[in-house]
Amino acid sequence: MTEPVLAARGLVKRYGHVTALDGADFELLPGEVLAVIGDNGAGKTTLIKALTGAIVPDEGEILLDGRPVSFRSPLEARRAGIETVYQELAVAPALDIASNLFLGRERRRKGVLGSVLRMLDKPGMRAEAARHMQDLKIGIRSLTQPVENLSGGQRQGVAVARAAAWARHVVIMDEPTAALGVKESAQVLDLIRRVRDRGLPVVLISHNMPHVFEIADRIHIQRLGRRVAVVKPGDHAMSEVVAIMTGALRVDERDRTVVVDTQAAQAAGVSGEQGPKGTA
Amino acid sequence: MTAPTIAPPERSAATAIRQRLLTGSVVGPLVALLIACAFFATQTDRFLTGGNLSLIIQQVMVVGTLAIGQTLIILTAGIDLANGAIMAFGTIVMTKLAVESGLPPLLAVLAGLAVCTAFGLANGLLVTRVPLPPFIVTLGMLNIAFALTHLYSDEQTVTGLPPELTALGNTFAIGDTQVTYGSVVTIALFLLFAYLLGQTAWGKHVYAVGNNAEAARLTGIRTNRVLLGVYATAGLVYGIAGLLLVARTGVGDPQAGQTDNLDSITAVVLGGTSLFGGRGLILGTLIGALIVGVIRNGLQLIGVPSIYQILITGILVILAVTVDQISRRRVK
Amino acid sequence: MMAKYGKTVGALALTGAMLALGACGGGSDTGAQTTPGGQGGGAIKVGLITKTETNPFFVKMKQGAEQEAKAKGAELMSAAGKFDGDNASQVTAIENMVAAGVKGILITPSDTKAIVPAIEKARRQGVLVIALDTPTDPQSAVDALFATNNFQAGVLIGKYAAAANAGKQLKIATLDLAPGITVGVLRHNGFLSGLGVPGITQDTKEQATDPRVVCSQDTAGDQAKGQTAMENCLQKDPGINLVYTINEPAALGAWTALKAAGKDKDVMIVSVDGGCTGVKAIQEGKIAATSQQYPLKMATQGVDAVVSYAQSGTKASGYVDTGTTLITAKPVPGVESKDVQYGLQNCWG
Repeated sequence: MTEPVLAARGLVKRYGHVTALDGADFELLPGEVLAVIGDNGAGKTTLIKALTGAIVPDEGEILLDGRPVSFRSPLEARRAGIETVYQELAVAPALDIASNLFLGRERRRKGVLGSVLRMLDKPGMRAEAARHMQDLKIGIRSLTQPVENLSGGQRQGVAVARAAAWARHVVIMDEPTAALGVKESAQVLDLIRRVRDRGLPVVLISHNMPHVFEIADRIHIQRLGRRVAVVKPGDHAMSEVVAIMTGALRVDERDRTVVVDTQAAQAAGVSGEQGPKGTA
Repeated sequence: MTAPTIAPPERSAATAIRQRLLTGSVVGPLVALLIACAFFATQTDRFLTGGNLSLIIQQVMVVGTLAIGQTLIILTAGIDLANGAIMAFGTIVMTKLAVESGLPPLLAVLAGLAVCTAFGLANGLLVTRVPLPPFIVTLGMLNIAFALTHLYSDEQTVTGLPPELTALGNTFAIGDTQVTYGSVVTIALFLLFAYLLGQTAWGKHVYAVGNNAEAARLTGIRTNRVLLGVYATAGLVYGIAGLLLVARTGVGDPQAGQTDNLDSITAVVLGGTSLFGGRGLILGTLIGALIVGVIRNGLQLIGVPSIYQILITGILVILAVTVDQISRRRVK
Repeated sequence: MMAKYGKTVGALALTGAMLALGACGGGSDTGAQTTPGGQGGGAIKVGLITKTETNPFFVKMKQGAEQEAKAKGAELMSAAGKFDGDNASQVTAIENMVAAGVKGILITPSDTKAIVPAIEKARRQGVLVIALDTPTDPQSAVDALFATNNFQAGVLIGKYAAAANAGKQLKIATLDLAPGITVGVLRHNGFLSGLGVPGITQDTKEQATDPRVVCSQDTAGDQAKGQTAMENCLQKDPGINLVYTINEPAALGAWTALKAAGKDKDVMIVSVDGGCTGVKAIQEGKIAATSQQYPLKMATQGVDAVVSYAQSGTKASGYVDTGTTLITAKPVPGVESKDVQYGLQNCWG
């Protein structure tokens, strides 16, 4: 079995009386798109925040390339090569595209201009930004226009390009299509594919089942703070996956689905491959 | 199937130009300034003289310098109500130490600058560490600095300053026109901050923090450190404004600066900087300050009572904010 | 910031600003540096700078100056600070008026010391500067002072209060102006001196005190603050029976507080100013007596002095007392006073 690029074992995170993560595991394999799905409150966002250093888990360990790591800030995760595209279009709207791509990692001019006068290498950054945008086939007329002048899809494109440009290990995307229309969503999914094709594994958090099924290589299903199953889109129908997510079905040790809640399963129109004698 | 690319949106050239004019540019303020200049030039031949224009710069240098600090803070989506009061305290510290404690003038000035920087730092710590909204922090600090100024000065205007303290009020000649060194300091400060904001990573971070603080934090910018730096730097700049005030008036005046907080906000807003943070140019603030100065001076020269200056400034401020709002809505 | 575009605009803005100012600078330098004598033709320009725009006292002063300027064929320019104590605005106004070519400036200085360098600069350029109402510190910084003798104004009401309350054990509250403002100190000290407190003169810099003064509060001459101050003083000592106030708004505030406490009939209020509202308050029995001053006269005489300087080159100098009169509805023997009728004819506001 290939070694996961990024893995987590038994993550726990409590907020007062609320347990957001209750011993969650996680595994991301090289070169795959792993979708993370789950109902509201299943702990998807908390899991991702723990993996990207936005929060520090109370228990459990995180492994990057098999080595334990502990991130105390997004910056540390970023330094380790994990880039995240956040749900709320995490760009500075008034800054231009090149500035956004290099935000927090600005490049200075060579020589005295840079070392003493701290002058930014704007032409250099612009050229490099153009190259990254080109790589991902994001067509944008001018890199010097403020990001707020772009469409939602283009803005997301900038955020994805930034992540892809800097990620050495993993790109994580939190609901990248949530705010987008049909056409723009398709463009972003395509973008995700291109990022993966460049060899970067992608974690995709999404509510949108058709999108997940279209693009994911594997699906991590999160429920009540834990990973309850990892499935392949080809092995299960979308309705089954939803039923697992809501707790109507569960997956046994041999990757077969088992009905847990008959009524809910019937309502969802799914049946287990091997029904239990008596329902719990 | 060809891979779909994310195509540029269809936009007319006119839309593009309008957006450019509306977002973060200084064209509007500059046009307003030039119109005001042109108007007064036709009304009185006393307006367009080197002496008078040098005078206008002198008259706006204190509020203009305060407005540099105010611009930095407003760019981070904050506001500073305490700048005039901090400056006033700085001037009293400088002048009292130099006159009554017999400290060498240079040390007295440094002490004044240090006190102002410390006030800025305190603002920054309260905004970032507690954290509290800048409006409340600086409202509190306004009262604290005001009270300290009056307590320390014992309500007495400090006079008999050593010449070093008023050196920036001295003049040199450009042709027939006398220009004060203070005016040069003010212009130099504007250029310095235009460079820092426009050409350095620190400047980008200031804009990013004001534009979308969470996004800035998530990209790894230490937003609290940026904010702390902005408030402390603003404090230092207020200290320099204090030195300019001392040079201009030749005294340490505990009553000084009481409306300068709002006047500096006025200059920033007239200069096209958004009160919502993240957009604006420091040179706009210079133009904003000059607009106020030109209108005040021009109206005086043509014999219009000064209350009309306040009326016109009020109208311009509302116009400027309206333009800001409309441009933000268009962009959304 | 906005990358290429922002840089261009920034540069454009800067060049524009420089051009604007530079182009402006191209003209011959006839503005700020010329002496008033050098101006060609036109009416004589007189500047009037008051502490604020809105105080009725200064409104009256401005009216007087306008009428007199019109009568003498002069042109009046006016300006004011944004608040009492706003030195910066007054300095700016002096500079602008000198640039506008005024012959003389009449000013009620907001900060008596801080304004001095700007006045000296104006005088060096040949402008006659006359302080109205409030002396500069030092007084010699201006050519002349046309003002009420504020100490004398205080003495008048102090003497009145002493005579009217002869034989009574006095408990006094003083509702003063603000710390460090000369006018407030002069009136306060004059009042105590008139009451018979020894050792106080015009030149006493500190606000004097006396064992009979049980409460002193600053009101900034504001009615609401006067009321608060009086309420606090009554808390401190309910036995107060004489109230000195810096002006009539403060006096009316004090009266409101006293009325609320049911003491308005037992406590005497004396004040300074002689504004129309104040004189009416005397008519209504709210205030016992006030020292009336004459801002209109200050302004009229000031404009005359500037016009005469422009025509003959003679500069007004020294101190000109524009007079004070004790106004009361209940005269007491031995203290000269005028009645409410006279007060109303000569009041301001």
